Amino acid sequence: MAYAIESLIKIVVVLGGIMGTVAYLSLAERRISAFIQNRLGPNRVGPFGLLQPMADGLKFLFKEDVIPRHVSRVIYIAGPAAVFVPAFIGFAVVPFGDTLSLFGRTIQLQVADLNIGILYILAVSSLAVYGVVLGGWASNNKYALLGGIRASAQMISYELSLGLSLIGVLMITGSLRLNDVVTAQATHSLFGFLPRWNVFTQPLAFVIFTVASFAETNRLPFDLPETEQELVAGYHAEYSSMKFTMFMMAEYAHIITASAVIATLFFGGWHCPGIAPSDTTLAASLLKVLAFSIKTGFFLFFYIWMRWTLPRFRYDQVMRLGWKMLLPLALANVFVTGLILTLSR
Amino acid sequence: MEAFFFFLLAAIAVVSAILLVLFRNPVYSALSLVTTFFCLAGFFVLLDAYFLAAVQVIVYAGAIMVLFLFVIMLLNLGHPDAVEPGVTRYRRTSVILLAVMLLAEVGLMGARRLGAPAPEEGALFTENIPYIGRLLYTDYLFPFEVASLILLVALIGVVVLVKRQPEADGGPSAAETGTQEPA
Repeated sequence: MAYAIESLIKIVVVLGGIMGTVAYLSLAERRISAFIQNRLGPNRVGPFGLLQPMADGLKFLFKEDVIPRHVSRVIYIAGPAAVFVPAFIGFAVVPFGDTLSLFGRTIQLQVADLNIGILYILAVSSLAVYGVVLGGWASNNKYALLGGIRASAQMISYELSLGLSLIGVLMITGSLRLNDVVTAQATHSLFGFLPRWNVFTQPLAFVIFTVASFAETNRLPFDLPETEQELVAGYHAEYSSMKFTMFMMAEYAHIITASAVIATLFFGGWHCPGIAPSDTTLAASLLKVLAFSIKTGFFLFFYIWMRWTLPRFRYDQVMRLGWKMLLPLALANVFVTGLILTLSR
Repeated sequence: MEAFFFFLLAAIAVVSAILLVLFRNPVYSALSLVTTFFCLAGFFVLLDAYFLAAVQVIVYAGAIMVLFLFVIMLLNLGHPDAVEPGVTRYRRTSVILLAVMLLAEVGLMGARRLGAPAPEEGALFTENIPYIGRLLYTDYLFPFEVASLILLVALIGVVVLVKRQPEADGGPSAAETGTQEPA
């Protein structure tokens, strides 16, 4: 019973955290893009525009929800839900802190400690494309259909590199459990001063994973499914009001999960240099959560930064990059890692 | 509790498998198949085979069915009449083939049920990733390698097919325009 209550509290905290971050990520995107383009961005609603997300949310809620007459109704309505759910359940296996001793209980700061954590994330992220594909198809609109087709092709192309790039990390860690991945990074050090984060031992895997995760989240430079200029917003062209917002929120939730996963797999997760992993005082526990938040926050910024810096790839360039560069590189990474591990045994 | 979930999943799996055949629209059929795959993944979870459950979702629901949807949408088969002639022509043959396969499966299941060894118990079984890894590289090494060889042959076949076409047309090579350009 106590376990169930504890889990329930963790779920509420994590979902609330993601929702809050999603809201403020939309503001951050607008402010940062404005900064990059030498504008001001929304700064009128509340101090520094901090209430802008509430205003946006209310506006979307009260907009008229138009369901065009030419759509396949059931799938059209299911589309936003199919993209929303995977985006929000992916975070469940990410450890956002070590353990927290509170009221005489030791709480694992992770919703579900699965022994197939990494596979769970891959599985959930691969399902996210269904919402996009189905939304595009059900809209019964040529542009939306093209967006859906592009999304499916892009997802299949980059899923492979995404999974293969992780094999090097798995070979070093020897476990699919995300907590073990973090612990392995926290307990050893390289050359005496560098923490043994996987970004130092698997730099190529980090680059491949990050590029592929940009493609998986449909962010620029890989936002081919919704290219405004050629496909007029692509798969969500026919959506309005809250359904459109759900697509938007899912995109941001994806970015959050992807950032958290990158931080966990390659940057030591909650590991904070200078704090022993075995230190479980309240202050240390909170510092670890802070370290995790800062790392994730940096990657959130990185996603926005890249979007407003790089131009969009052309469709054939996206395919070529995925199949002819990332995939061979990921395979080579697996081979080299295996070779080094065998020789150094 | 476990029995309840088993029967729930079994009911959904069977209903969606029947719907898969009955739907006229291939997109709906594909979605029913996805539902069936999810139920299968659920069965694996009930059996504590989390690894197989995850692989089931990643490979079948995440990759293969997305590819199916891609093809259905690319060829614009969303209209029922687009597939009708092919289906009617082979209807009798496919029904007979499927019936034979079903009978064989039932027979095989019955035979297995009589003399199947119980799965191994213990720590190795609950941590089923090392268990599967070890089995694949010891007892099932030969089938495992044969399966990978078959996949390799299929892969080479696809590459050869794709490479040969542009020379015959004299047009731009498929490799240069991207493999699957829909736009």
